[in-house]
Amino acid sequence: MRLLRIIPDNTKIDFMRLRPYAFMLSMALQIVTLVGFLTFGLDVGIDFKGGTLVELQTKEGTANVGELRTRLTRASVGEVQLQEFGGPNLVLVRYGEQPGGEEGQQAALRRVRALVDADYEVRRTEVVGPTVSSELVQMSVVGVILSIFAVLVYLWLRFEWQFAVGAMIATLHDVTAMMTFYVVTRADFDISSIAALLTVIGYSLNDTVVIYDRIREMMRKHKRMEATELLNLAINSTLARTTITAMTTFLALLALFFFGGEVIRGFTSSMLIGVIVGTYSSSFIAAPILIYLGLKAGGFGATSSEATEPQAAEAKAKA
Amino acid sequence: MLSFTRWKATLILMTAFVVIMLAAPNVLPQSWVDRLPRAMRTHMTLGLDLQGGVHLLLQVDANDVRRVQLENLRDDVRRVLRDSRIQVQGLGFQGNAVVARLREGQNGDLALTELRKIPQMIGGAFSTSGQYDAEVSRSGDTFTVTATEAGIRDKVSRAVTQSIEVIRRRIDATGTTEPIIQRQGLDRILLQVPGAKNPEEIKKFIGDVAKLEFRLVDQSMRVEEAIASRPPADSVILYEEVKEGNRVVQQVPYLIQRRAIVTGEDLIDAQAAFNAQQAEWVINFRFNASGGRKFAQATTENVNRPFAIILDNKVISAPVIREPILGGSGQISGRFTAESSATLALLLRAGALPAPLTFVEERTVGASLGQDSITAGTNAALIGSAFVVVFMFATYGLFGLFANIAVLVNVLMMFGLLSLIGATLTLPGIAGVVLTVGMAVDSNVLIFERIREEAHSGRSVMASIDGGFTKAMGTIMDANITQLITSVILFYLGTGPVKGFALTLGLGIITTMFTAITFTRYLVVLWLRWFKPVRIPL
Repeated sequence: MRLLRIIPDNTKIDFMRLRPYAFMLSMALQIVTLVGFLTFGLDVGIDFKGGTLVELQTKEGTANVGELRTRLTRASVGEVQLQEFGGPNLVLVRYGEQPGGEEGQQAALRRVRALVDADYEVRRTEVVGPTVSSELVQMSVVGVILSIFAVLVYLWLRFEWQFAVGAMIATLHDVTAMMTFYVVTRADFDISSIAALLTVIGYSLNDTVVIYDRIREMMRKHKRMEATELLNLAINSTLARTTITAMTTFLALLALFFFGGEVIRGFTSSMLIGVIVGTYSSSFIAAPILIYLGLKAGGFGATSSEATEPQAAEAKAKA
Repeated sequence: MLSFTRWKATLILMTAFVVIMLAAPNVLPQSWVDRLPRAMRTHMTLGLDLQGGVHLLLQVDANDVRRVQLENLRDDVRRVLRDSRIQVQGLGFQGNAVVARLREGQNGDLALTELRKIPQMIGGAFSTSGQYDAEVSRSGDTFTVTATEAGIRDKVSRAVTQSIEVIRRRIDATGTTEPIIQRQGLDRILLQVPGAKNPEEIKKFIGDVAKLEFRLVDQSMRVEEAIASRPPADSVILYEEVKEGNRVVQQVPYLIQRRAIVTGEDLIDAQAAFNAQQAEWVINFRFNASGGRKFAQATTENVNRPFAIILDNKVISAPVIREPILGGSGQISGRFTAESSATLALLLRAGALPAPLTFVEERTVGASLGQDSITAGTNAALIGSAFVVVFMFATYGLFGLFANIAVLVNVLMMFGLLSLIGATLTLPGIAGVVLTVGMAVDSNVLIFERIREEAHSGRSVMASIDGGFTKAMGTIMDANITQLITSVILFYLGTGPVKGFALTLGLGIITTMFTAITFTRYLVVLWLRWFKPVRIPL
C-alpha cells in the first residue's frame, strides 16, 4: 500500500532565510489588527457588555428580518440587532441592557416575546446583567494572562529562559492573529471566544514545544553546528509531524464547523483560523526568533553567563 | 522498552477496560442500570444546552444583609444599654457602625463592659476563627460598635446557604425534577432547571422573599399625622397596594408597630382555599405550638383592635380582632386569585428567604434547539472522527490502524472518566471531544515519525521502534503538560459550557497520554511478537 505523504521526506526548506519575510508579514498583521481594533473595536457579545439575546424560529416558512425589525421597534428596547442565524427560518435578536435593573430586563423581554409570539417560537434566551458581564471580562483577561504565564514558567523550568520567551512571543502573536479574525469578520467576541483563544494557545504551545524539544536535542548532538543550520534542521525534521497533526486537528474542527450547528460555529471558525496561525507561528516565529535571543553555535552555552555574552559562547565554540 | 511483562499488559488492558465500562450505564437500558450497585451507576448528564431548560444566576443582596445586620446591631446596643439602665442621648448609624452617645453623668465604664458583650465570634462560640462580627470602641461618652467586614461576609455566606435550602424546598414543591442548585462564589447561587420552558414560571417562585409577619397596628397616632410629622420610634408606615390586574391603582398607608407578634417562621402549614361565604380565595394557615401561644396571647390582649398581616413589608390586610384566636390557626384574605393564593401558600410552606435575591444572568434553551444541538454534535463527532481515522490510515497504513484503535479507546475512556465524575455534557463539551480526537493522534504521529526517522537512518526494526517510542516520550510529556496547564486554567475560570469544554479537553489530554504511552505501544509489541516483521511499513 502506498502511504500518503503530505510532506516529502528530507525537506530542506530554508526557514531561516524566509524569516525576515515571515516576521514582516506578522508585524504587518499586528499593525493592521491594532489599527482595526482601535478604529472599529470588537463586536463584543452580551457576555461581556450585558444585554439580551433571543433566538427565534418561524413557526412557518422563512423569517422576514426586515418586517421583524420594524415590528420590534415597538418593543422600545433601544437599538435592536437582527441577524439570520444558520437558516432562513432562524433569527437572532440582540439588544443592550435596559434601564430599571432586573425588572427592566424582564419587562423588555416580555414585550419582545409578546410581539413575536404569534408567528415565532422562542428557541433560546440569554440575559446577562452588568455585574456578571464585567466579571466575565475580568476572568477572561486573567485567564489568558495566567495561562501564558504558567506555561512560561513551565518552559523556563524544563528548557532555558530563551525558549520560554520565544514561546511567549509566538503565543502573543497567535492571540493577536485571532483578534484579527474577530476585528475583520465582526464575529461576536464572547466567552466562547475566550475558550477558543485558550485552546489555540494550548495547541500552538504544544506545537512550539515539539519543535523546541527537537532544537534542544540537536543542540546536544551537533555542538558545532551553526545556529541557522541547526534551527533549519530541527524545523524540517519536525515538519511532517507539524503538518500531519495540524491536518487531523483541522479536519476535526472542519467537521465541527460544518455539522456542529450554528451555536458553536463562531467558536469553531475562530479555532480553524487559530490552528493555521498556531502551526505557522511555531515554525516561522517561535523557532527562528531564538536567533535573536542569543542562540549561537554551541547553544546558549553551558552556563547562563555565556548565553548573555555571545562572544564568550562563540569563543568557546571555536575552541 | 519493548518487553511487556504479563502483569503489565494485564494492568494496561484492565485499566482501559474498567474506565471504559464506567461509561456503560449511559447506553445500557434503564432497567439494567437499576440492577447495578449504586457505585456503578456512573453516568453523564446532558447540559441545559442539550436537553433544554432554564439557567438562572442569582445574587444575594449583600447590601440588604448589611442593612439587616446593622439594624440588629442597633437593637442590641439599645437593649444592652436599657438593661443596664444607661440613658442615651442619641443613637444612630454611621457607615458600617452604630454610634451611641450617652447622656452626661452616665456610667461610661459600665456601658463599655456591657457593649463589649455584643460581638460574637464568627462561626459560633467554639470556632477558631478568632474573628468577631463587631468591634466596640469608645471616645469619651461616644461609643461606636462597628460591624466588621468579616462578620458581614459571614452573614452573606450564611444567607446564601439558607437561600439554597429555601429555593430547593420551593422548587421541589413545584414538582420539578432534578434541579441543580449550587453556590457560586461568595454571594451567588446557580439554579438550573432542565426541561423548564419559561424562566418567568420559575422566577415567580424564587423571586419573592415571602417574609410573613403579623404585627399590631399602632393606634397612638393617626396615620396621616404620622406621615406629616414623624412616626413614633417603635412604628413604621407600611402600605397596602390595591391592584387592578397588574397595575397598582392605590396605596393605602398604615401605621404599624415594628415588633412582630408572630412571623412566617412559626408556620407549619399553609394551604390555598376558596372561602365560599366571601366568594374569594384565601390562605388557611396553622402555627406551631409557640407561634400559636404568642398569637393567642396577642389577640387576647388586643380584642377590638386591628392587626396587620404583612408580606415583604407590604400590608396584605389589616383586620380587626373580633375575639381571641386560640386554636393556633387562621385565614389570610387579601384579594387573591386562585393562582396567587396557591403560589403564596407554597412560598409560606417553604419558608422565607433570608435576603432578597436578584437575577444577574438568565439563559433559556428550548427543547427543540437542544435536540438540534444533540443531532449536530453527534453528527460532527462521527464525521470528524471519520475524517481523522481515514487520514491516519492513509498516512500510516497499519500503524495508522493502531493509532485509530488507540484513539477509539481514548475516546471511550474519556466518556468513562466523564461518567465517573458525573460530568455534564454540553455542546462545547462535545466539541472538546472532537477536538481531542484531532489532537490525540498527535502523540502517535510523534512516535511514528520518530520511528520513520530511526528506520531511515538504517536501524533494525526493533531498534527503530524502540528508539521511536523512547525519543518521542519526552516530547509527548512536555507538549501535553503545557496543554494541560491551559485547560486547567480554563476549567477553573470558566463558567457553564466553557467549563464543560475545558473538562473534556483536560481529561482528553490525560487519556491521550495513557493510550499513547501504553496502549499503542502494546499493540505494536503484539504485532512485533506475532508477525516478526523484517521491515516497518511506514
